Amino acid sequence: MLGEGILKGMAETAKNFFLSYVSKERLTTVEYPEERIPAVEAARVFPFLVYDGADWQAGMRCVACQICEKECPPKCIYIEKSKDKKPDFAGKPQFYPTRFDIDVSVCMSCQICVEVCPFEAIKMDNEFELATGDRFGGLLYDRHQLARSNEYYHSVHPTEASEVDARLAAEKAKVEAKSKTAAQAAAAKAAAPAPPAGGGR
Amino acid sequence: MANTHVFTHLDQIFILLRDWLVGFLPGAARPAAGVVLGVIAIVCLFPGLFALTTVFERKGLGRIQNRLGPNRVGPFGLFQPIADGIKSLTKEDVVPLSANAGVHFLAPLVLVVAVFMGFAVLPMGRNMVLVDMDAGLLFFFAMGAATELSVFMAGWSSRNKYSLLGAMRAVAQMISYEVVLLLSAVAVVMIAGSLSLPKIVDAQNQYTGIFPHWYIFTPWGLAGFVMYAIAATAETNRSPFDLPEGESELVAGYHTEYSGFKFALFFLGEYLAMFSISGLGTTLFLGGWSAPFSFLAFIPSWIWFFSKVMLSIFVFIWMRGTLPRLRQDQLMNFAWKFVLPFTLLNLFVTALWRFMGEGWLRWVVCSAILAVAWVLMTRVGMREEHFGPRRYRYAE
Repeated sequence: MLGEGILKGMAETAKNFFLSYVSKERLTTVEYPEERIPAVEAARVFPFLVYDGADWQAGMRCVACQICEKECPPKCIYIEKSKDKKPDFAGKPQFYPTRFDIDVSVCMSCQICVEVCPFEAIKMDNEFELATGDRFGGLLYDRHQLARSNEYYHSVHPTEASEVDARLAAEKAKVEAKSKTAAQAAAAKAAAPAPPAGGGR
Repeated sequence: MANTHVFTHLDQIFILLRDWLVGFLPGAARPAAGVVLGVIAIVCLFPGLFALTTVFERKGLGRIQNRLGPNRVGPFGLFQPIADGIKSLTKEDVVPLSANAGVHFLAPLVLVVAVFMGFAVLPMGRNMVLVDMDAGLLFFFAMGAATELSVFMAGWSSRNKYSLLGAMRAVAQMISYEVVLLLSAVAVVMIAGSLSLPKIVDAQNQYTGIFPHWYIFTPWGLAGFVMYAIAATAETNRSPFDLPEGESELVAGYHTEYSGFKFALFFLGEYLAMFSISGLGTTLFLGGWSAPFSFLAFIPSWIWFFSKVMLSIFVFIWMRGTLPRLRQDQLMNFAWKFVLPFTLLNLFVTALWRFMGEGWLRWVVCSAILAVAWVLMTRVGMREEHFGPRRYRYAE
């Protein structure tokens, strides 16, 4: 009969109307500024620069190779390479950025910089409240504003960060082992008498 | 005895207040001043009610969808309409370059003025009617028809295809349902024998035992009320008949090109039309300002009138939260194939009721006719047409 479906629907909405005052589980709303839902681990918004240790300048992983600058589709990264070198995590001397700026208003959160970085130096943050009253200076982040500790990286993306740490540790171990064998070889070479020249064929 | 005296005074408090205020003026100016006071009261009261309704509608719709609704401005979000008002007053008033500026400016004014005129003949309580016209019902419908004009003025003068489409839909819809609205009201006129709205209320303000003689409690009255409610929803462009606005397909239809306070006026006019049409429905079928039980008659009449109107508004909001929008052809089919024939049949049943005299027989006969007609007409009139695969007759 005509009207049956309408009455059924209206009963349903009436149920929603009254029960939403009774049971809190029905309400899906999160009243945002006061209450928040914990960020999802996979959330990615804006890149930051990772540094190891306590000093952001000394521990910065970035070696100013400028790959991210070149790959960035909207060209929001600006890097200046240093003249001198500082030791990286494995103790190898590397260049470092004297200037590393990202324009928030241009960045499109594509994560390509993260994917191309061979040094695990740039990662995505899940901080999303980037609004500012100063639309010129406030939207251009310099390297100090971008720097975040490795601990922070662990707090934001724990799974990914420990994978990265494992990879870096393996690399460091490899480098150390290599330098050790090299050193051993050098020591052995120094200790052992020189092989007879012109031996063999 | 003193107790009843207090209640009669409370019932007539606005009339007494008006008379007291008018008493300060010389005799010749008193009638005109009385009317002006009444106009001021209406012009202040209903927009205030509109402001409250907007926030309650948003909260109610929120609850229907298991959301919270606005709760930021003031306690429980009750100051939201003030924020909205400030916003719409400070917004830029954009008029399209190719629009017909004069008509574009006049359309919202025509709407609001025409809708306000309707309130003049509504009895909002015992003796509380601004103009006691003999043909008040006719006046009300004449004013209601002017809203169609304003909608078309808005749509045409905007010079925008969405506006024009919205306006054309609006006119088609409003004219179709205006017929039903009128015919369902005619049934009441046939029984009450008067076009004067206070007289129609008086006819319903009688009790058998504790039960009132409201027209909705008769078979023809119930049928008429249902048809009236459908037509009223369509007349006020409320969901599920909100095609003229069609936010999702026509980007708000005839008020696409309105911004700032002109848009607010359209919004106001729409809600005022809802109030006035609910007020008329209350007057015609729900006994106007009369109490639902004889022992509740001591409560002031205006409280009953406004609670009935607000209850109708709640049902409007409830329907909006429930039903999806109709398609244009469904809308027209529904109007012309079901609602209109049923209303015409209802006129016949009303005449039967009138001439069968008192007794239980007329209850049985009238209810049976209407029930059978409802079932048959929904089966036959609203039958879904199944179209087969499309055949091209000339393009083989």
